[in-house]
Amino acid sequence: MKQFLARIMVIARRDFRAILFSRSFLFFILGPLFPVIVAWMAGGIGASVQGATGEARLGIAMAPAESALVTQARGSLSRAAGGLPGIEILHGDRNSPAEIRAILADGPGERNVAAVLSGTLDNPALSGPQGRISGWQGHVTLLVDEARRLRDLQAGDGARQWPAVALQPMAQPSQIDEAGGRIRTAQAGQTLLFLLTMLLAGMVLSNLVEEKANKIIEVLAAAVPMDAVFFGKLLAMLGVSLVGIAVWGSVAGLALLAGGGGLSMLSTPAVGWPMFMALGLAYFACAYLLLGSLFLSIGGLAATVREVQTLSMPVTMAQLLVFFLASYSLGHQGETIEMVAAIVPFSSPFAMLARAAMQPEIWPHFVAIAWQGLWVFLIVRAGAALFRKTVMKSGPSQGKRGLGALLRQVMTRSFRQA
Amino acid sequence: MQQAMTQAFDPMLAPGHGPIASPDDIDSATSYAIEARGLVKRFDGVVAVDGVDIAVPEGSIFGILGPNGAGKTTTLRMLLGIIDPDKGTRRVLGSENPHALANRIGYLPEERGLYPAMKAVDAIAFVGALRGLPTAEGRRRGYRLLEEHGFAHIADRQIRQMSKGQAQTVQLLATLVHDPALVVLDEPFSGLDAISQGRLERTIRELAARGTTVIFSTHVLAHAERLCERIAIIAGGRVPFHGLVSTARDRLPPQVHLETRSIDGPWRAALPENAVPQLKQGGGAIWGFSLPDDGVEPLLTALVEGKAGIESLSIERAGLHDAFVAIAGEAAAKALEEETGAAR
Repeated sequence: MKQFLARIMVIARRDFRAILFSRSFLFFILGPLFPVIVAWMAGGIGASVQGATGEARLGIAMAPAESALVTQARGSLSRAAGGLPGIEILHGDRNSPAEIRAILADGPGERNVAAVLSGTLDNPALSGPQGRISGWQGHVTLLVDEARRLRDLQAGDGARQWPAVALQPMAQPSQIDEAGGRIRTAQAGQTLLFLLTMLLAGMVLSNLVEEKANKIIEVLAAAVPMDAVFFGKLLAMLGVSLVGIAVWGSVAGLALLAGGGGLSMLSTPAVGWPMFMALGLAYFACAYLLLGSLFLSIGGLAATVREVQTLSMPVTMAQLLVFFLASYSLGHQGETIEMVAAIVPFSSPFAMLARAAMQPEIWPHFVAIAWQGLWVFLIVRAGAALFRKTVMKSGPSQGKRGLGALLRQVMTRSFRQA
Repeated sequence: MQQAMTQAFDPMLAPGHGPIASPDDIDSATSYAIEARGLVKRFDGVVAVDGVDIAVPEGSIFGILGPNGAGKTTTLRMLLGIIDPDKGTRRVLGSENPHALANRIGYLPEERGLYPAMKAVDAIAFVGALRGLPTAEGRRRGYRLLEEHGFAHIADRQIRQMSKGQAQTVQLLATLVHDPALVVLDEPFSGLDAISQGRLERTIRELAARGTTVIFSTHVLAHAERLCERIAIIAGGRVPFHGLVSTARDRLPPQVHLETRSIDGPWRAALPENAVPQLKQGGGAIWGFSLPDDGVEPLLTALVEGKAGIESLSIERAGLHDAFVAIAGEAAAKALEEETGAAR
């Protein structure tokens, strides 16, 4: 056993170092940050475009005194209500329909006037495209009403005091809110676990292609039981994935801290945050090893990178099905479907992580982790045996011994039997 | 336990397609590094190896000879535990599980392969580590081995930057770095130039001199003839011969090479019927044939009394090449015949 473990570590160390010290690892680490960078750049460009075109504004074509009242009203209202359009004062004499049409026809020019308020405070008119004036009708009504009130104030009425609403944050949400919050935590945990597993476990598919292409597989197979080769490769890939998660987690943590956000956005899971985090890590390892062992077994049979690429789609679909099962079981705690999701090895990590968010018991997690570990062991054993049986042959070239050849063989047999 | 096994194992008595060995081939007192009996392997319904028996004495250089596709590599892979036989038993260095003794076995596969990004010394240390050697010790020995073989200058060069011959040498050294008791080489001479082949032959002899058992497969008989005391000939997945090289050669009668001034006369009756003359330009003929069963004396008497005009006469033992062609060809023909019969 000691020798077996030592050989697993030799394989794992080689693969781990080979990946970690390769140039492509940098792209692997930066990969998930690309969408963030793209989003940031897109946001910057959007802001720049918006700055260039300017915000749509409401043109005021009223008498100067009334225009001033509307401006004052906007200042007063904006303290209590957001979303009011910006104001552009136009010459009061430019209020004929033809002149208003001419102003609007300028389009998003320097002043960006999208609609024009004309007439008087007692008889206002809002001109502009239908969609715009419908959208602004409420805001303009408020503005005109406030302007009229200000006008009346100047005539002697007292100043209006806006009511101050005191905010009272609750220390503990109610039972219903707590359950709802935990579901959100469970969903967040499941989604993150799924994303990480899907992003990272797929790499294992092509893991044995290098060894087969370099013909080193026979050196490994002669020195080390194939199970140890499989376990070593899985451990190395898990190690690489954990390095990636540590880097991405640190970046995300820093970003959250900088933005003033954090886990406070989510409800505390039933087992508490520290245990939830630990279980999340454990279930990631289990989900990764389960899927990885399956991918390694399938990928081991693939003779070429092309075959591996062809396999990617059905594999991704299968992952999605597993995720849907686990997600569906989330809302059915304690029911048969939740039990099924927890027992099916591939959905078990997702279902159990959700359970950690919803239920406080710890012991089922130890059982689940042992169960998932058993399946990793079984899949690796089966995959290694299949690899030895189908790939380690002499005779025809390796290209004839891939997954395609295996499938053709199975189909030929089926036809013969039929 | 091993003693009991070696005593029980006798290829002469092996059932089915057992080897044809001379009585002096197997000695019950000998310890065997490899003992295999009745190994059978099928791939997709096709029999690749069909009842192979092999016994390799400890400390010997043993050759597995056979044409391409004969089942040499499959046999070696079964012996090493890379694949399991469908039938039969194997015992390597006294163990039925070759992986349990991986630290004492070195293997150079036919299809050479190393990680291209690895440096030579790291590749050697890595294979050593797979065989239980600590990495630091593997690197130390790697540098030493490379220096001893005149390759110190490529120690820190990546495999991808090397010539094919250099990479092959590195892989051979990686096979030997953990000082194995048994070295298995599958077609080790293929792809090597004449100088490297000579160097490899020297290395194999040095290993055997140190008590290491070396088993190698080849289809180039000259290497086996120079290096091996014992061989197994594989043809069509079977072993039609297993034993001493000298025994294989003795399976063919000695070859007579005769030059005569005369080309015909009563003396020709003493020559075998299939002896065909090759006429010489200045007159006379050259004859080549197997020595008749009654020996050289009646032939010589007939030639002298019949005035054949002997210019030269030599009698040579058959070479391994002739013996191999005869044994393997016979076996292949027999296998084909059986296969055709079975199909009918």
